[in-house]
Formats: sequence, C-alpha cells, structure tokens
Amino acid sequence: MIYEGKRKIWSDYQKEIPDDHYFYVRSCIRQSFFPASEAAFLNITRNILGRDVFETEHHTTCGGIAYHSDTIPQETVMTIVARQFALMHKHGYENYVCSCITSFGVYIETLETWRTFPELEAKIADNLRKTCNLEFAKPRFVVHASDLIYKLREEIAAKAKYKLVNAKTGEPLKVVEHIGCHYSKMFPSKGVGGAEYPYVLTGMIEAWGGEIVDYPERRHCCGFGFRQYFIKGNRGYSLSNTHKKFESMEPYEPDFIITNCPGCPYFLDRWQYVIAESEGKTYGKDGHGIPVLTYEEVAGLVLGFDPWDLGLQTHQVAVEPLLDKLGIPYDKEKKFLGAGGKDLGRPALPSCLKCM
Amino acid sequence: MIDFGFHITPSGTLNLDDVDQKTVDTLSRADYGFRTCIACGSCTASCPAGVFSETSVRQAILSVLNGKDEKALRLLSSCMLCGKCLMVCPRGINTRHLILSLQKQFEG
Repeated sequence: MIYEGKRKIWSDYQKEIPDDHYFYVRSCIRQSFFPASEAAFLNITRNILGRDVFETEHHTTCGGIAYHSDTIPQETVMTIVARQFALMHKHGYENYVCSCITSFGVYIETLETWRTFPELEAKIADNLRKTCNLEFAKPRFVVHASDLIYKLREEIAAKAKYKLVNAKTGEPLKVVEHIGCHYSKMFPSKGVGGAEYPYVLTGMIEAWGGEIVDYPERRHCCGFGFRQYFIKGNRGYSLSNTHKKFESMEPYEPDFIITNCPGCPYFLDRWQYVIAESEGKTYGKDGHGIPVLTYEEVAGLVLGFDPWDLGLQTHQVAVEPLLDKLGIPYDKEKKFLGAGGKDLGRPALPSCLKCM
Repeated sequence: MIDFGFHITPSGTLNLDDVDQKTVDTLSRADYGFRTCIACGSCTASCPAGVFSETSVRQAILSVLNGKDEKALRLLSSCMLCGKCLMVCPRGINTRHLILSLQKQFEG
C-alpha cells in the first residue's frame, strides 16, 4: 500500500466539523442492538469533554428503514427530516449530529435534494407547517456522531487510561475499521476521507495507539442492506457478504473490528454466530470470534469505563480475550447485572462459537 | 450444525491468474473480436435461437475470458450461424467467424 497516496486523498476530503453546540438525534435501532453506546457518547462529549450536546425526547426516527425498504415515499421522509431540523431550530441550535449512518445518509440526501430542487423544499416546508405547525429551518452543519468523536480524538487520547496496545507485549493492536455504506459512498465529500479511504475511524485508532489492518475487502458492505435482511429468502446474501469480509480479513489476525453504523456491528457480530453454527468456522483464536465494537465503546474503553457499563455483555462474540489483551480489569460476576444490580439472566451458549 | 433456513452463497470470485491465457491469446489471434467486445448484449438480444435455448455470444466470449471453455462451447452449441448478431454488433465484430474460431479451437 502506498501510504503517501492515501494520505493525499484523505487530505482532499476533509469536512468542517464544529467543535461545540450540537443538537443530537438517536438511532431507532442502536438502543436495542448496543444499548449503552449512545449513553456513552453523551457521557463522553458532555461530562468528560465538556461539550454542549442537547437532545429532546420529541425527535423521532428519520424514516430511513421504511424509505430504503420502499414502503414510504421520499416526500414523507423529507417531511420527517424537516420536522427534526425544525426541532433543532426551535431549541436554538444550528449544528446537527446524528447517531445513525442511515440517518446521516438520509439527512445529506434530503439536503442535496432540496438544493437541487428548491420547489420541492418549498413544498416540504408547506407540508411541515400544515402537519406540525413548525418553522422550517436547515442546519448549518450536519455531522455523524463518529465525526465528532474523530474531531475530539486527541482530547480523548489525552485523557486515556488505556491505549490500544497489547498490555503484555506493548505491540499496537491490529484493528479492522468498517465504515457504514451510507456514510460516504453516496456523497463522498460529506465524509472524512471520502468514499475510498474514509479516515474517520482510522484517525481514532491511530490517535489511541492501535494499528489499522488494510485487507482486500476493506470497503465491502457488511451485508445488512435492508431488503437483503428483512426478507428471509434473501438473508443468505446478507450472510455471504459478511462471510466474504471475514474470509478476507482472517489472514491478518485482527484483534477487533471498529464500526460506526448501527447495522454493521450487529451483523458482523451476530453472523459470526451463524457462520460458526452452520459451517463450523470461527475467525478468532481458540474458537472465539473477532470482537466487533462501536466507536463509542472503543472510546469508552480507552477512557477507562467499566466494560459492562458500556454494554459489552450484549455482544455475541465474547470481549473478554480483548479486555485481557488490553489489560482492562473486569468483574466476571457482574457481566450479566443490569442497572441497579438487576440480574439480566444468562444467554444460552452456542455449541461451536466460544462465548465465555 | 444448525439449519437457519438460509445459507452462504458460494463466492463468484474469479482468480484470473489461474486462467490459462494461452487459449485466450490463440483465440484473440484468430479473431480479435474477443478483445473488442464490450459485452453490450445486442447479439444475445437479436439471437433467434436465444429465445428457445441458452445461446448467447456475449456470455460465450466472457466465459472464454474467464477460463470457462466448456461453458462457452455449450452456449454456442445451438447456434445456427444465421448472422443476425453480426448485423447488430456496434463494434463490427464478425461474430460468425468468432463462433467458428471458438468451435475450431476446442473441437478441433
């Protein structure tokens, strides 16, 4: 790989990311998949780094899943988006940060559509007034939450309790970064580093001491693809995408995977179980899988959060070997305790994939 | 092993380093159409045999380039050499000559 060439391309695709004062919108599925990630984001940005990140319980889904599944028209989605932007304006913000990559794609696509077709923008503003009686407004900046963590990566590194290095050998951990397709494949100029060499997660890993793995299928989709997964008959296609990625990264023996999309960590994590149980193949060491973490979880680990407070027990692939490698202490007995010490129960264990 | 009701689709990845390039080179010398075809599919669309059989000049050329010689022969086994594909080819490839060259190469 010619690093100088990649760095040149990365430098051509830098986006402006405001430092402070954000209106935050959550993802509709992340809270089920990896429930502590968004809380970790708010904790890090507000309490540890002292930024002003506002959220309101009145915001809704962006409609992206229905839109990409062809069940609602684009005008409906644009009206939902206009309502989210109107809430931001109502609360006095002009920087919009969203948790979800699909939402990020929908927001950028909507703004680009309005820019290209001003008459449609006027129509949506009228829809918004009639349906919600809210004032139409557009954000000055739209960023994804991973953009903001990328912007603040050096501040996080300065406060880090752990580095992404093997505590025993001192070697940097080998990390696979996986970017959600809707981050920059649709509008390359809207993502840090563009579509071919997105730098948003690479920058975090480099700042926190890890080493990025460059492997052939690095830019391949995780396989979520709404219609591929929602229809059971198509799930083999989704599974095959993930399988292709793992077969490609396996020879490089990555220590973990970092992602910035709601669907990617879920599918890269859960499909490892399906591949193991249906094909007998595992990709980690000694029958384990390769842990798949969200960027908030990685930031939280680096800052010294308790792994179980970060929700790492909700992952299919066991994270304990990774925590041991990083030298992060954890209490095995507390793995399945929820808020207030409530017992969450014990999951059934797979027969092939080692999960403890 | 658990049957989830869906399975991994075998990868369609081709390793062109494994393809014997000698066959492609020999055929290209016999008819350069193998190199100039843009796989537009006009030949297949106009093929009167294609409606009733799997005859496809486009697929046959691609099969040769991908090292799938047997498939290429099978795809052209029902060709009647009517020449309609020759008339519609935007690249001016002499498809009849190309088909005969291919059959001669593999069938002797």
